[in-house]
Order: sequence, then C-alpha cells, then structure tokens
Amino acid sequence: MANQDSRLRVRKSDDVIHVEFVDRNILDEANIQQIGEEITQLIDGAPKPKLLISFSHVDHLSSAALGTLITIHNRIREKGGQLRLAEIDPQIYEVFVITKLNKLFEIHDDVERAMKSFA
Amino acid sequence: MPEKQPSKPLHESVTLRNDPDEIRDAENKLLRAVERMGYSSASAFAVRLALEEAVVNGFKHGNRNRPGSTVKLEWSVDPDRIRILVEDQGIGFEPDQVPDPREPENLERPSGRGIMLMRAYMTRVEYSKSGNRVEMIYERPSSD
Repeated sequence: MANQDSRLRVRKSDDVIHVEFVDRNILDEANIQQIGEEITQLIDGAPKPKLLISFSHVDHLSSAALGTLITIHNRIREKGGQLRLAEIDPQIYEVFVITKLNKLFEIHDDVERAMKSFA
Repeated sequence: MPEKQPSKPLHESVTLRNDPDEIRDAENKLLRAVERMGYSSASAFAVRLALEEAVVNGFKHGNRNRPGSTVKLEWSVDPDRIRILVEDQGIGFEPDQVPDPREPENLERPSGRGIMLMRAYMTRVEYSKSGNRVEMIYERPSSD
C-alpha cells in the first residue's frame, strides 16, 4: 500500500524491489533519514534483498545522502543481497566519481540493464 | 525576456537558524544571484553542493546541533567569481586531520565526504586558524 508521506515510490518486479525518489533534491537531513529508514524496512523484509534504486528524478544530493546509500549497501551485503543504482544524472554521477563511490556501487545507465544484471 | 546581468556585485549576509526552510531560502537566494550573473547550470550545481556541505557541517559538526545555535552565511557574486563565507559557533577543527574518504579503507564509511566535495567543486577552500570559519571561492570557468 502506498504511504502518502513516503519519500519513495516502490514497485516490486519478480523478486526485485525497485525504488524511486519522490524528491528532486535529496539534501534535508530529516528527509535523508526518512529515506534511509524506509529503505531499511524494505531490505529487512526480504531474506536476500535485490534492490534497484533509480535516480531518474534526482537533481541534487548531498554527502549525507551518499552516506545513507553506503549504509544501505553495507546492510544488503550483510544479508547476502544485491544492490544496483541506475539512471543517475551526469552531474550527480560525477559526484560518485569524485568520491570514488562509482567503484563501490554497481551503477547502470538504465533500469532495463540494471534489472538484467541481478543474479 | 532574459533578466539583464547586474553591473554590480550581488551580496548578502545572513544569520541562519537550524531550520530547513530558512536554510533552503538562503541557498535559493544565492543560487538566484548566481543565475542572474549568468553562470552556467554546472556552476550553480557546484555552488549549491559546496554551500550545502558547508552549512550542514557548520550546524552538525561545528555547533554539534546545539539548540538555538546559528551559522553565519556571507556571500558575494560578481561576474568573475563567487565568494562564500560560512561561520559556525563551534570550537573549530583541523581540516587536515579529516581522513581521505577515497582511500580504500574509508570507502565504506558513511560520513566524511563533505569537505572533500567542497574542495573538489570550488576553486579554493580555506579554513580560518580557529577552524570554525570557511571561505570558498569559485572562479568562473572559461566554459561558462
């Protein structure tokens, strides 16, 4: 059931949880914390979570948002799951390159390729 | 019709409370000045990112989220460069002591990327000796 106050749009396709952000700017600490909590609930609800996060509507994010993504990555790995990121705007992708987080995350140009990459 | 580029530098000084709407309004005011002065969207992206990180650091690490604490923001935008000054009420820190988040052993740590991003996107980032004030300079790139 969709939650009216959720910061996420969530779809389930086969065994993959596909998450999109409601906000264009992922900057406010309270929003980032809420996003982290909502995604953690999704991860905890699956034995070996396969999570795809799409950034198609995102224009800006902060280092705090990157921190939440890292926490999500670590939690999924602990559970033996898989995380993919997709549809990242070139300006934001540069932030991943500068921080070298493009080496930590598996990032795909589009959702279709990301979906196919799940084992 | 596009707005005429101002002939004089635009500037402002404001004391911010730790209120998301107040911070967002102040950021938007600077970004409007950046846009009015004819900087590109890539420059605006860089300024927004660095400003966001500096203000968040000021409240979170400088003021340690103390209730009622404030952060001072001063900026000026002229045709060639943008200057941003952010000052918190904390005791300061040694920026050189912050570990490089790009090192393999730090890559999975969720925090510690703010200063590195500020340095990456600004032309110059300098902390005061006391460590509670940062001055950031962005020079207009030739591509703008």
